[in-house]
Amino acid sequence: MQIGESIATAWHMLRGNKLRSFLTLLSIAIGVFSIISVMTSLGVLQNSIEGGLSALGANTFQVQKYPNNQGGGPGWRMRMRNRRDLTYAQGLAVLERTRGARHIGLESWKFGMEVRWKNMVTDPNIAVAGETPGGLPTNQWEIDRGRPIMQSDLDLTRKVVVLGYDLARILFPPSYNPVGETVVLAGVRYRVIGTLKSQGGLFGNQDRYFIIPITTFFERFGKNRSIHIMVQAASRENFADVQDNVIGILRAVRDVPPGEENDFAIFSNDSVIRQFNETTSMVRIGTVAIAGVALLAAGIGIMNIMLVSVTERTREIGVRKAVGATRGSIVSQFLSEAVVISLLGGLIGIALGLIAGNALAVALDIAPVIELGWIIGGISACCFIGVAFGTYPAWKASNLDPIDALRYE
Amino acid sequence: MALIHIKDVVKTYDMGAELVHALSGVSLDIEENEYVAIMGPSGSGKSTLMNVVGCLDTPTSGLYEFGGQNVGELDDNELAEIRNRKIGFVFQTFNLLPRSTALHNVELPLIYAGISASARREKAEEALVSVGLADRMTHKPNELSGGQRQRVAVARALVNNPSIILADEPTGNLDSKTGIEIMQLLVDLHQKGNTIILVTHEEDIAAHAHRVIRLFDGKVASDEVIENPITYAERT
Repeated sequence: MQIGESIATAWHMLRGNKLRSFLTLLSIAIGVFSIISVMTSLGVLQNSIEGGLSALGANTFQVQKYPNNQGGGPGWRMRMRNRRDLTYAQGLAVLERTRGARHIGLESWKFGMEVRWKNMVTDPNIAVAGETPGGLPTNQWEIDRGRPIMQSDLDLTRKVVVLGYDLARILFPPSYNPVGETVVLAGVRYRVIGTLKSQGGLFGNQDRYFIIPITTFFERFGKNRSIHIMVQAASRENFADVQDNVIGILRAVRDVPPGEENDFAIFSNDSVIRQFNETTSMVRIGTVAIAGVALLAAGIGIMNIMLVSVTERTREIGVRKAVGATRGSIVSQFLSEAVVISLLGGLIGIALGLIAGNALAVALDIAPVIELGWIIGGISACCFIGVAFGTYPAWKASNLDPIDALRYE
Repeated sequence: MALIHIKDVVKTYDMGAELVHALSGVSLDIEENEYVAIMGPSGSGKSTLMNVVGCLDTPTSGLYEFGGQNVGELDDNELAEIRNRKIGFVFQTFNLLPRSTALHNVELPLIYAGISASARREKAEEALVSVGLADRMTHKPNELSGGQRQRVAVARALVNNPSIILADEPTGNLDSKTGIEIMQLLVDLHQKGNTIILVTHEEDIAAHAHRVIRLFDGKVASDEVIENPITYAERT
């Protein structure tokens, strides 16, 4: 019997036993739903990290004093405590000597500041960034109006500022051009030289930047602080070379003995994603394990239903054999039923899982995620369950003696 | 050469404590386009003989040739193919698929014969028309009367143009009026050239046949040709 006919018969059977089929479908759907919804949400989170949480652009890495995850091992805390700052001088060494970089930015941050323009005062949630000219492109900050920070601003320690999109929006009336205005930060007046385009951040406060020349920053807030070095490689191909180059320069200027590990931390988008994947891998493993148990239970449910079905339809099997069904066609019929049940359940689970998982994407206002690999995995798992747990009932059906089956009451 | 050639066929069932000899040495030949009734009291072996003739069962010993082919040498799949292409069954209890329409029930042998959906439908409709059910094709068995159900079963039996139609007590579950209608259907099929083997314990049903084989204790007790079989017209 052709597969199409088997599937048509299976569909017929499912519709004939709606409640029973629905309950069996449900058990499979729940197992698949849990996998797909969790994996989709994790995919959404990963995308949001790739797309927005990380300010790092393509081919860009950042060097800072401390790694941004908690490490471990003996003496880790001690080593970290004794770490030397990443100084401006070391940053300048990188800036001058690195080959193959498109942009290098040095920056230092101070958070939780208030900014005033005339009688408008912001909440104390403004992030002040001292930047070199390279800091704007490496942070993917684009100028909307006015001009960016330039080398002469650093050389002359000018009190000039580039305002983040949201900060400008908070302080100034709509469609008002703030360039040339004077704003006040911590009692000092700065002239606005430019504003940034919106970054479309995820968490609202991303664009509240007050960007000033790094020399001015040191003058106002002190020079004894660790800086960040942001490096954008010229291309993806020389990314690793540039990173090695920067590491070499920093080890030299910081006198790190050969054989010792770096006393500074480097991370890029890749490393952020890798770190995210490490922390979520336990969630993934747990989900797969629990869903696996759920699917196993669902498979046993399918087997149970199929055995009931074979007994109920003994006479039908006898008729089919009498009119010429071979063992193979009986096996194919019952296996198709088992696979159709589990596959249908799986598809329902996938659809619901995608909807539930992508509810997060809607909440974060980013593009929905289709975890194709997990979907294919889910479908394969359902087919496997259908075959694995449908084989015995199908074999039992095909082995019925047609004479006994026809007499069965 | 006979269509059915049975020689010294023995069928023994192992019932655990004892061996039951359902058939103990049956020999008979049936030619093409014969109308044969197999009769006998219950336990005489007529059902077993029908199962053997219908290739649902194979003999313990002895020779059974169907169209020149030794059935005893065939495997499961080959037996299924013979049942599919050469034999049409009509059962006492109709044995239709309860959830399928009349049309789908009649299509069933064609499905296993691997015939395309459109050709299948055409042939099945033709068979249903020939048994007078043109207006009942999409009805399910529980929407049909007993007589109509048995007509569907007859349509299913003849849809694949089988060599023989095996009818096992085809009127056993019908009232006498619808029983006569089914018997007339079989007479018509016989007149069109079909070979018909009818298993029954009712003399008046067997009287339609052209030859009556009586079994007793697993053996052929008598085998006689009826010179003047009863026709439908005489009954009414």
